[in-house]
Amino acid sequence: MTTYITHKLLHAIGVCFVVSFISFFLLFYTGDPASMLLPENADDADIALFKEQYGLDRPLLVQYGDYMARVLLNGDFGVSWVAKVPAETLIGVALWPTLKLAIAAQIIATLLAIPLGIISAVKRYSLIDNATILIVLIFQAMPLFWLGIVLIVIFGVWLKWLPASGSESWKNLVLPAFTLASFILPLNMRLVRSGMLEVLSQDYIRTARAKGVEERVVLMRHALRNAMIPLVTVTGIQFGALLGGAVVTETVFSWPGLGRLAVDSIRFGDFPVVQAVVIIFAGFTIVANLAADVAAAWIDPRIRFD
Amino acid sequence: MAVKVDDIAVPVPAEIAEEAPPSGTTLVLRKMWQLRLGVFGGLLVLMLVFAAVFAPYVATHDPFEQDILERLTPPVFLEGGSWEHWLGTDQLGRDVYSRVVYGTRVSLTIGICAVLVSAAIGCILGLLAGFFGGWIDGVVDFGVNAMLAFPFILLAMTLVIALGASAQNIVIALGLSNWPIFARVARIETRKLREQDFVVAVRAQGLSNARIIFKHILNNLAAAILVIATVEVARSIIRETFLSFLGLGVQPPTPSWGLMVSEGRAYILTVWWLSTIPGAAIFLSCLGINLVGDGLRDLMDPRLRKA
Repeated sequence: MTTYITHKLLHAIGVCFVVSFISFFLLFYTGDPASMLLPENADDADIALFKEQYGLDRPLLVQYGDYMARVLLNGDFGVSWVAKVPAETLIGVALWPTLKLAIAAQIIATLLAIPLGIISAVKRYSLIDNATILIVLIFQAMPLFWLGIVLIVIFGVWLKWLPASGSESWKNLVLPAFTLASFILPLNMRLVRSGMLEVLSQDYIRTARAKGVEERVVLMRHALRNAMIPLVTVTGIQFGALLGGAVVTETVFSWPGLGRLAVDSIRFGDFPVVQAVVIIFAGFTIVANLAADVAAAWIDPRIRFD
Repeated sequence: MAVKVDDIAVPVPAEIAEEAPPSGTTLVLRKMWQLRLGVFGGLLVLMLVFAAVFAPYVATHDPFEQDILERLTPPVFLEGGSWEHWLGTDQLGRDVYSRVVYGTRVSLTIGICAVLVSAAIGCILGLLAGFFGGWIDGVVDFGVNAMLAFPFILLAMTLVIALGASAQNIVIALGLSNWPIFARVARIETRKLREQDFVVAVRAQGLSNARIIFKHILNNLAAAILVIATVEVARSIIRETFLSFLGLGVQPPTPSWGLMVSEGRAYILTVWWLSTIPGAAIFLSCLGINLVGDGLRDLMDPRLRKA
């Protein structure tokens, strides 16, 4: 188990470096900070001086090494070109709202997916099963940003039940959280349903039933536990996708999280902040993947020996 | 009371005994009924393709023609709407229906081209990794993991910013960000196929590696790749519309669904349908494409039905 985790961990650290390098290359090397930061009438000498001052005239790898050293040793992501404050300060402010949104969405999606998936598998081809499949189909085809707008129109404008944007109270969280939950709901439902269908046809379930175990216990204790394994793994793997969905959701609802920060920074060409968000997102994704790998190996020992 | 043998009804499987073997048409119809959702999706996709190809004939107005006096007229099913502009007009008085029809071209072209780019990159890398194993496999696996850790939408946005916002660059950005899913499937499947008897047999015949990979293995991969590619077209369309929604996609005044949703958002409090109609177009197209993908999967691998 320890070798397994060490192996995965080294791999994850390598991935983190590659991701940070690619984004560094894309942002700083293809985008031109001098044209972003200097006034339009700056001449060549000004630009050269600026590049020298900020070390932008050095080779790419040197710049990248310097940047990563500052990030890793001091947690210093550089200074935002627009807000003129350290990027890590902006990140710190935006981190909690994004986590709050992601966690709420994950809870909603799981709470809906598990019961619906179970009922749908147990009462196969019933009304609820067909309704579940319909929900899956609809949410899979629904663009998040559009669903967000539709929810704003219905619950914010027509019914006036919930605020359309902002982040002052828990009420503000409801619409964005449901929007983001709809993003991961279809896959989760499918997984619970197919997992249950597979498990329920196995011999040990028949044995349990033959022993006279109550059906409720068979479903909850014997079947669900095993059917949950793919859900656990996928929850970890799809965390990156969830953060991607958060970018979309936050933009539509003006939610003050990392996603909106990233979108705004990309628009304004505020590369240090974009770079910081990319590294933070990648870090979260990698940790979540790692946690899922370890959890899966822990639940199902066969995985370790693959 | 004695029971006579004659009283016992012997079930005669009449329908089995009398039914003639089903004709070809019956079989096709039966299959279509089994795959009815896929057939429905296929019809949606056909309509989509038709609208894209024959846009000038399907549209009722010039999508660029502005009429400031007719701005923001509601669709025909609302009060004040008329059949002249049956889905209403936008903030510049342009016909919403005609813009939606022309928007089909943008979305379908970008969606399909982006998937072609990522499928090509992903399949080549996956085939090589799965077939040769060793360090190539290690590198590709590492690349796939790195790409999956990259927040997709941020990567696509960064690429678009670096390259400049245009339809062509969106195709490149989406294509370059989305190859890992193809690489992963191609790699796993190739690995399985490599060990199978028919590959061993053609190898024994002395076929070159290139021929084995691109003829025999690719042929057997095609079905799985086609199913993924179909569903990925829908996802690419959604991503393209989101980039356009952010202003990082095709530029105005080109009719693009994402751009239309974005423009309509400014009027959301008063004219709710302006954003909703192009959004519904995105939804219906993706629904159709996904249903076709599901149907194809059922057709090719019945074991996976509704899983």
